[in-house]
Amino acid sequence: MIKRVVDFFGDGRYVNQRHRLFYLVLVLIVVADFLVPRGHAEYLWDRLPGWSAVYGFGSCVLLIFVSKFLGHQGGLMRREDYYD
Amino acid sequence: MTDFVHPALLFILGALPIPFLKGSIRKAYLLLIPALAILAVLTMQPGTYGAAQIIGQEILIAKVDKLSIVFATVFTIMALIGIVYALHLTRAGQHVAAFIYVGSALGVVFAGDYLTLFLFWEGMAFASACLVFAQPGEQAMRAGFRYLMVHITGGVVLLGGIILHGVATGSLLFGPIEREMGVASYLILAGFMLNAAVPPLNAWLTDAYPEATVTGAVFMSAFTTKTAVYVLARAFPGTELLVWLGTVMALYGVIYAVLENDCRRLLAYHIVSQVGYMVAGVGIGTEMAVNGAASHAFAHILYKSLLFMGAGAVIHVTGRRKLTELGGLYRTMPLTVALYMVGAFAISAFPFFSGFVTKSMVVAAAEQDHRALVVLALTMASSGTFLHTGLKLPYYMFFGTDQGLEAREPPRNMLVAMGMAAVLCITIGVFPQPLYALLPYPVHFEPYTGVHVTESLGVLMFTALGFLLFLKALDPENTISIDTDWFYRKGAKHFMWLAEKPLARYEKAVSDVSETAALPLLHGAARAGLWIDLTGVDGVVNSVARSILRGGGALRRLQTGVVTHYALAMIVGVIAATIVFAVAWR
Repeated sequence: MIKRVVDFFGDGRYVNQRHRLFYLVLVLIVVADFLVPRGHAEYLWDRLPGWSAVYGFGSCVLLIFVSKFLGHQGGLMRREDYYD
Repeated sequence: MTDFVHPALLFILGALPIPFLKGSIRKAYLLLIPALAILAVLTMQPGTYGAAQIIGQEILIAKVDKLSIVFATVFTIMALIGIVYALHLTRAGQHVAAFIYVGSALGVVFAGDYLTLFLFWEGMAFASACLVFAQPGEQAMRAGFRYLMVHITGGVVLLGGIILHGVATGSLLFGPIEREMGVASYLILAGFMLNAAVPPLNAWLTDAYPEATVTGAVFMSAFTTKTAVYVLARAFPGTELLVWLGTVMALYGVIYAVLENDCRRLLAYHIVSQVGYMVAGVGIGTEMAVNGAASHAFAHILYKSLLFMGAGAVIHVTGRRKLTELGGLYRTMPLTVALYMVGAFAISAFPFFSGFVTKSMVVAAAEQDHRALVVLALTMASSGTFLHTGLKLPYYMFFGTDQGLEAREPPRNMLVAMGMAAVLCITIGVFPQPLYALLPYPVHFEPYTGVHVTESLGVLMFTALGFLLFLKALDPENTISIDTDWFYRKGAKHFMWLAEKPLARYEKAVSDVSETAALPLLHGAARAGLWIDLTGVDGVVNSVARSILRGGGALRRLQTGVVTHYALAMIVGVIAATIVFAVAWR
């Protein structure tokens, strides 16, 4: 069973099904975020349904590009024999 | 039956017979000791044990309260899991080192005074260094020495702080530091922060852990940093500096993880990131925040060891550690993939996994304390955590381009250990109440609310969307990253350059001067001295000697050997003396 689940995520044959499932999950999450009851809201964004999706996507993109910028332009990434 | 058996003693004394046991008896013994330790922790009663006086100082070997019990519980469970994972090793060295390491960590967790704490603190550094040295090869040896040097330096700083603190307060008992922060407090704080890998004192961790043995790194990922979180929670709750350092730390680890190519170094950067949540929680210092830090440490030890075990299994089977050289292993190692993913979901705080019920407590505590920036930064770090440990690492390690590596599932004991950790990760996520009951303060926090679940899933799954869209940008590259270890690694090189080039040149110049100028001068002076000696001094000495000889010859003539001559001389003498006496008396 475990092998079949792992294969589903690895094997190229299932790529379309994987993508369809993934986008379905994304839609469901956003819809659910609009439907859940929001009681106490500490900050402005706590009242915005869908905020977490936007923030998660933004964070991910920001982290990738800021890090790679620091690595390439900021000189953090060096050849493997840098210390030898 | 006493009501307290020190688990540190069980491990440290228990390590001694290991080399003398063989085969299955040794295996049974290795499992027995952690099992006894778990029992000892479960049955212990809060209180103080082993109070004594040494050189006029109050010593308290063990102080048991709820905070120390939380950490001791997870430490002993982790020891059992780690030993199961290392059970296939035939040589005793690593088992002994691991036992002493775990014992020392437990010693710190129960230490009631600074001297006991310091002793076990150093024990931890030396025992864990052995787990790096156990890895063959020069690279590991060098990393091990750097690790040891950094920890010895940190230990000296800590000791300095302890002595100053002892002199100022007159007591070495370990507890919350209530006085104004002075030099002593800052030195102690720096010593603790070094072990917690707070930037810029973090590089030892990401430098050494990936160089340790496959089984050694599993132990290392669990104990040193979490012991540091414990002592910070004990001595410095509510220290504002820690809130900010912890928040920076959470993002720092995530940023470096993007750049990393070595699978265990990537995970090591995520230790830095996750410990950031705990340090921030300790810094916030409210009951909920300290609860969050303690529970997150509990969950973190289990899922992080699971991740290290998964990456270790891949290294054990393939002998490769770089993401650029791995890929396509999901066909041959499906169980490892599944178990690793449980750890990945737990660290990313997916609902029904352990991180969800602990990490969110720290974030909620920050929210309750009205720290919007901290909340946003920690949420961003969660996104990064899933991006790397949940997506990037498994994608390039298990899926991605098939490198055609020959692989199989790791030995059964490794899979069993991973299974144990995975079961705990899910159990804590589904039934958080037993863990909450263990925490130092009463818990008023409900992780499973509708908003919390949808918001967490929103952040995580849209991170996955970002990953999917920018996959190419994340391709691992054959590089290493410069961290703060640059200062002592390059610094040491500059020092050696200084020693080899300018200092050596100076030394040569000095010896040249001495050879060309000073030596001839000295030779001349010596020759002149010899001449003066031979002609002048010797002449004087010889002539004096000759005069003495002549005088002696003259005197010898007076010695006739005739008694009457001597008697006559004596009479003459007596008369002369009488005359002199008489005249002088007048």
